[in-house]
Amino acid sequence: MRHYVILISLLVLLLGLTVWITSLDWIKEGVYRPFAWGDIANCTKAHLEMVVIAELIAIAIGVPLGILVTRPVFRKLTTPIIGGANVGQSIPSLAVIAIMAPILGFGLQSAIVALVIYGLLPVLRNSYTGISNIDPAIVEAARGMGMSRRQIARKIELPLALPVIMTGIRVSTVITVGTAELAVLVGGAGLGRITLAGVYTMQPLTILQGAAPTAALAIILGFILARVEGGMTSRGLKVKAEMA
Amino acid sequence: MIKLDMVTKVYPDGTEAVKNVSFEIGQGELCVLLGPSGCGKTTTMKMINRLIPITGGTIYIDGVDTAKMDENALRRDIGYAIQQIGLFPNMTVGRNIETVPELKGWPENKRRQRGEELLKLMGMDSGEFIGKYPRELSGGQSQRVGVARALGGDPPILLMDEPFGAIDPITRVRLQDEFLKIQQTLKKTIIFVTHDIYEAIKLGDRIALMKEGELVQYDTPADLLYNPKNEFVENFVGADRALKGLQLIRVKDVVKASPPTVKSGEKTEIVRERMERAGINWLAVVNGDGNFLGGVGKADLGKGDSVGDVMSPSAETATANTVLNEVFSLMLSHGLDNLPIVDKDNRLQGVISFDTIRKALVELTQRGKTG
Repeated sequence: MRHYVILISLLVLLLGLTVWITSLDWIKEGVYRPFAWGDIANCTKAHLEMVVIAELIAIAIGVPLGILVTRPVFRKLTTPIIGGANVGQSIPSLAVIAIMAPILGFGLQSAIVALVIYGLLPVLRNSYTGISNIDPAIVEAARGMGMSRRQIARKIELPLALPVIMTGIRVSTVITVGTAELAVLVGGAGLGRITLAGVYTMQPLTILQGAAPTAALAIILGFILARVEGGMTSRGLKVKAEMA
Repeated sequence: MIKLDMVTKVYPDGTEAVKNVSFEIGQGELCVLLGPSGCGKTTTMKMINRLIPITGGTIYIDGVDTAKMDENALRRDIGYAIQQIGLFPNMTVGRNIETVPELKGWPENKRRQRGEELLKLMGMDSGEFIGKYPRELSGGQSQRVGVARALGGDPPILLMDEPFGAIDPITRVRLQDEFLKIQQTLKKTIIFVTHDIYEAIKLGDRIALMKEGELVQYDTPADLLYNPKNEFVENFVGADRALKGLQLIRVKDVVKASPPTVKSGEKTEIVRERMERAGINWLAVVNGDGNFLGGVGKADLGKGDSVGDVMSPSAETATANTVLNEVFSLMLSHGLDNLPIVDKDNRLQGVISFDTIRKALVELTQRGKTG
């Protein structure tokens, strides 16, 4: 409950800030020309698009790959893949984005590839952990009762790992919303355009005009995904243990 | 029913977990695989349902080589219960129990019926538990559901790996007793792994004692106790094996005749005469309906006129199904020379004395030695 109060107050503050800055009368103030509502709407839309595309790709790669490396056949790949993703995450986001431009050229494609690389790790790692942390006795019991590998994966492993995987997707999405601020540096779009303009013109209010909606977007997406996560979690995993 | 022929398990690193183990388990028998940890008992069990692939020898079920069967089909006809239980936390108790029936494609109403039936068999209220999730159960309840799930598809064979191992001693004894009762009606062929000699003696029709991957002795509990093949068996069953053997005998095996009794209203003088004539020091006291009231010793007779005035009411009784080690323990802890045997309506069925226990034990020991 307290958690919600903090989140909602923060959201109100951020959105209020955006509204206030955008509706400032720049002629009267004389020093500052805020971006118009249309610019903010366009940039938010572009930002969201980048995040959604990058996240969908990260999920499409990360979830199957994370699950695959838990399979006995691919055990040998576990360390290089999970380790590699860890190293990728340890490189600063700005560096990842900057590296993409010379390789793929300026434009949206570089931005999205960089976001995918950066957002992949939480998805990959949580998919791996979600499956490999399942109590081995549960899988052994399932095998002992004559469930095939496929049936175990579908009926037991996936439902049990789903909450953990969803957490990974949520964390990754929130991170990507932030990282996408930098996409503008390699020719991408998004709210980073407003923030960067503020940086160039040394206008703190313009910087806030880009940063505040970005933060609000991260909070909103995080909240929605947390609700989805709760809805997808089996009731059996949510019940409280009442020890007799 | 189940036949192991020179069964061997060698791991790729050369470890020999099981070496040339051969024995047979008859239909409806409960065979305990017993031994210290690392002796290969669990490995042997898991080779039967092929959770661990066999590297040498053959396991036959009803004469068919299990290696030639489809492994999932094989496992669906072999119930499997393990110490860690492994209930599926995302499924209700009912769906857990219906796992194998579902795999076998039983129609839904038959599955549901089976689930309710098995919960009832385990002494659980199906209305209360069928919709619960495993995390809402206590340890004992989970273990019961685990056994119910193993019985789900009505398999002729059951593999149980220390199913009562992780439960507190009181609940464990209760589960063992319940399980024995259930087995008496179900008559499944059971392979039961344990390292607990008491559990083995209590539950097993036959015990396969293993050591370092080899089968040391395969015998009935009595033979294992009183006719040990070598020093290892002797040490494993322990120096108190005579006492352990008391677990194998039930009151009904040794108490046959109905005992002499007195009515509570009889005069002490007459009772004293009867005792002296018969050469006994103690008599059970009953009322007109044959209900047990207490006991009267010769020394107490002088204290009053009628038996009812001088008898000592006794709360400690046993039934025909009580095992002798419980009887013995009751007698020791309450300082009794005789323990009355009553039926469920508290009607006196007999009396057991130290002497009866001693004779029964001598007989059992000798049967072991000659057999």
